Amino acid sequence: MKGFRIVLKEALFNRLPRSAYLWIGIIALIILPWVVGASGGNYWVRVLDFALLYIVLALGLNVVVGFAGLLDLGYIAFYALGAYSFALLASPHLPQQFETIAAAFPEGMHFSPWIVAVFSIILAALFGIILGFPTLQLRGDYLAIVTLGFGEIIRIFMNNLDRPFNLTNGPKGITAIDPIQLFGISFAKPLDLGFIQIPGLYLVFYLFVLLAISVAIVCLHLQNSRIGRAWVAIREDEIAAKAMGINTRNMKLLAFAIGASFAGVAGVLFSAFQGFVSPESFTLWESIVVLAMVVLGGIGHIPGVILGAVLLAIFPEVLRGIAQPLQQALFGHVIIDVEIIRQLIYGLALILIMLYRPGGIWQKGGNNS
Amino acid sequence: MMEHLLLDVTDVSKRFGGIHALDSVGLKVPHGSIVGLIGPNGAGKTTFFNVITGLYPADSGMFLFDGKFYVPESVSEVTQSGLARTFQNIRLFGEMSVLENVMVGCHCRSSAGVIGAIFRFPSTKREERSIRDKSLQLLAYVGLSEYAAMEARNLSYGHQRRLEIARALATEPKLLALDEPAAGMNATEKLELRELLLRIRADGKTILLIEHDVSLVMGICDSLTVLDYGKVIASGKPADVRVHPEVIRAYLGQGAA
Repeated sequence: MKGFRIVLKEALFNRLPRSAYLWIGIIALIILPWVVGASGGNYWVRVLDFALLYIVLALGLNVVVGFAGLLDLGYIAFYALGAYSFALLASPHLPQQFETIAAAFPEGMHFSPWIVAVFSIILAALFGIILGFPTLQLRGDYLAIVTLGFGEIIRIFMNNLDRPFNLTNGPKGITAIDPIQLFGISFAKPLDLGFIQIPGLYLVFYLFVLLAISVAIVCLHLQNSRIGRAWVAIREDEIAAKAMGINTRNMKLLAFAIGASFAGVAGVLFSAFQGFVSPESFTLWESIVVLAMVVLGGIGHIPGVILGAVLLAIFPEVLRGIAQPLQQALFGHVIIDVEIIRQLIYGLALILIMLYRPGGIWQKGGNNS
Repeated sequence: MMEHLLLDVTDVSKRFGGIHALDSVGLKVPHGSIVGLIGPNGAGKTTFFNVITGLYPADSGMFLFDGKFYVPESVSEVTQSGLARTFQNIRLFGEMSVLENVMVGCHCRSSAGVIGAIFRFPSTKREERSIRDKSLQLLAYVGLSEYAAMEARNLSYGHQRRLEIARALATEPKLLALDEPAAGMNATEKLELRELLLRIRADGKTILLIEHDVSLVMGICDSLTVLDYGKVIASGKPADVRVHPEVIRAYLGQGAA
């Protein structure tokens, strides 16, 4: 097995110069939505777009859980903050509810997603610190419980802030959110380049790829820096980290803030991409899914986390696609509801991976399974 | 006299419930010396270390380090002020490489922030290179160069102790406080450790040493302080402490004195 691996590695990596692989990667990413769109339709391109958002989320959570070792079960709350920030600042909801706002913005509120993104980075980072402060002394299970509570509090606020004044529109959510725009190009409709028309979904894909790559590079740079080493030191042994002169309080707050800010940006793009947000998108289940991506892919290992996010974002959709036809072919009719079988197989896959690769599918160092 | 002392601690007391772990303990460490802190198991040596480095808050005591009074409240601030320590039960960053462990030690003597780390400015890159170079030098200094890329947890016991010393040296301490550095070492490793400690002293550092190995302590310490049941029972030159009746009683029992 090992010999085979080495041969495979040689064949894959040692034949061509590195720049060639870079170009192959770029071209592959450019044609990917076209191939997927042509063979599976727009639905699958959407799945890919969401997978890229999950990569950003998982990388952000990896900073908190993977690098600094702080178990955070309420991470999706920061995603919600970003999503609702944009939903409120770029939809007719607030002007409809409050006359003063309607008067201040006679043309309607249409903040640019990029301005809101910067705003949400700051807002989410601030909330990350607010969450971090009371939990500085907590570790492991206790920290997990407090962060879980925090995540639920944010969601419940979104769910109930339609009274006494209607800020979030409650469980009905906010609709008619502006689409993503960049240099005057709307990502909601196809871009006509004269010789070719690029559908909006494909544009979103390219944008999200750029975002995911930037976030991955930021994570990589942080990991191989004084800051990243301090985080890992805290994860490995907090007292020893202090004895190295590391201000563990500031470093932990920094981890919370940076992880949260990634989720804030992802939230803004999510809300602009989907055009609709409701508290339903930010349940505990979502937090757990993102955590599963981190743990399953390879906790603390950036390529592993990316792989985990892609697999767990796409796998359920694949199951959704094959569960029904497969049953029909095997038994002639549908025995188990598709949703149930999807959850079953999903859970089973998680258990199997954790049993056979407890460090994650693609863990640091590679071959130590 | 005062200006020659690097560490001057007086009247330190620490209680854990009803136990008087430290009872008016005083200790003076002159610049450039190796001072040993010895005593039977449970005498309070490690507690004393934990108090002066800020891990446990002291109930009372006066702390003077490098000519300045300080209140040991924060471990990281004590380290930043130039007092670094190792641990009796080795506390390495197990999943980090040997080199990275030492690089973590450079943390408090470097300054790159988040923005610098993300954008890798030329100044950040320069600092990162100097951290790496300094850490490699320290690994060579303690004789661990060949293990630089290994995960710290896979090192042998003796090597782990040396790595702890290298990591503490990376914080650029004036005083290096070592908690039983020879524990679990074989005779050869102990000899090598002794040479290393003498070299560290020769390079201008001061060492405070908790140790059980009497021959090591007697051989390299300039002065000794003996603790028993949280009290200082003797202090002075190794040759004098060795024949002190209280010390003999503490180590060998009542009848021997």
